[in-house]
Amino acid sequence: MDYKPIKKVISGNYAAAYAAKHARVEVVAAYPITPQTSIIEKISEFIANGEVENLQYVPVESEHSAMAACIGASATGARAFTATSAQGLALMHEMLHWASGARLPIVMVDVNRAMAPPWSVWDDQTDSLAQRDTGWMQFYAENNQEVYDGVLMAFKVAETVNLPAMIVESAFILSHTYDVVEMIPQELVDEFLPPRKPLYTLTDFDNPIAVGALGTPADYYEFRYKIEKAMEEAREVIHKVGREFGEKFGRDYSQMIELYRTEDAEFVFMGLGSLMGTVKQAVDVLRSEGYKVGAAKVRWFRPFPKEELYELAKHVEGIAVLDRNFSFGQEGILFNEAKGALYNTDAKPIMKNYIVGLGGRDFTVSDVRKIAENMKKIIESRKLDREIEWYHLKR
Amino acid sequence: MDTPFGERKSDAQRIAFKSVDEYPEAPISLGTTLINFTGDWRTFIPVVDDEKCVKCYICWKFCPEPAIFIREDGYIGIDYDYCKGCGICANECPTKAITMVKEEK
Ligand code: SF4
Ligand code: SF4
Repeated sequence: MDYKPIKKVISGNYAAAYAAKHARVEVVAAYPITPQTSIIEKISEFIANGEVENLQYVPVESEHSAMAACIGASATGARAFTATSAQGLALMHEMLHWASGARLPIVMVDVNRAMAPPWSVWDDQTDSLAQRDTGWMQFYAENNQEVYDGVLMAFKVAETVNLPAMIVESAFILSHTYDVVEMIPQELVDEFLPPRKPLYTLTDFDNPIAVGALGTPADYYEFRYKIEKAMEEAREVIHKVGREFGEKFGRDYSQMIELYRTEDAEFVFMGLGSLMGTVKQAVDVLRSEGYKVGAAKVRWFRPFPKEELYELAKHVEGIAVLDRNFSFGQEGILFNEAKGALYNTDAKPIMKNYIVGLGGRDFTVSDVRKIAENMKKIIESRKLDREIEWYHLKR
Repeated sequence: MDTPFGERKSDAQRIAFKSVDEYPEAPISLGTTLINFTGDWRTFIPVVDDEKCVKCYICWKFCPEPAIFIREDGYIGIDYDYCKGCGICANECPTKAITMVKEEK
């Protein structure tokens, strides 16, 4: 941990761009979309200024093509990176399955943006969570520092298990808000993240291969199982890489769920991404007022940290799941996952789903306090008033 | 028998994996397509008239299998084990040297 970080005041998007640069990405293919655009603009600037040596930027006509280009590049063994948001991510959907199916460790930053209509450029997690079943790992960043650290770790994890990874940050709250980010000197990043060792490469001309071959009913099944094995292995790799990152650079990410003041907590707030920064601040305020509360920030949504959730759930009476997203016809997506993960266990905390902040609706410390008051009542009476609460709804 | 491309058709083997561990990690070339005798699919068979052929090899370029090869005398040959009878060669041939004929099986 004896190193001098490079401190810069930068946006979440610039943190992503610098991380891609420090990861020595070799191919970037992307299509502009607000609020992601400044990531690839910054990367283009690195190239124009001659600040990067071996980086090909591929301008494409759509996000679908952006991911297709990354897949081609990654299949040659290159380290590929892209970034997108909302409708752009949705347009990539087909290719997301392709990337994981062909076992290519592409890293992408998704800047969470609400799906249209109505048109919105503001923060909402439904775009990335709707890609839940594509075989991509997903890491949700709380702040700009985590965007930077997340991209570096994602490459290492992805290239170990040969699956793609998505680093998710919030529209504007992180993407365009400037904050201090401690960056790591290049030679130390190089030590942490050595060049990629691909599973296969299209450019091995002595051993020509076809990628994405036909899988008849006799073979398809086994390849799907292998993806799931890799996801399971990823849990261990994430713990290991997160610990190594902490030892080397002072910020530990060994836990897939970051626990904040949860020891002796009666109930906890659980959620993803930047809104958990607000929640942590609220926890400090509530603690000073006598509430026994804590925060559980789910860093990795895929693979889902079910064991860590179980360990937490065993020791608390209630979990308030804050979802800045919604799965129509059911409930908040994190709530759905968390409830499901606990069903066959002996941990049975009272769980309530609060739908907050959709489309960038402001979510503040005083909102967390109101939710805490509601949760306290529920736990004292041991009676759930309702399972899903559209918290901000104008009534 | 050898293919016109030098590989032995008899060497082509269907790969069957018995356990999940035998599979490659990613779905890459599980074997050779030499085992797929796509000639089975054919309804119409291309017949070449060497007298009309000007050796432009347009058919050779367009055949999707590829089933067309160039013979030693410079004319084209068709490997009917793999020619699936799509008719692209006949359509592309500028001198109409290839005709598609209903195949009697
Ligand atoms: S396209 Fe027609 S003329 Fe040209 S090589 Fe083939 S058969 Fe001959
Ligand atoms: S009919 Fe189709 S498959 Fe057969 S030789 Fe012509 S182009 Fe090739």
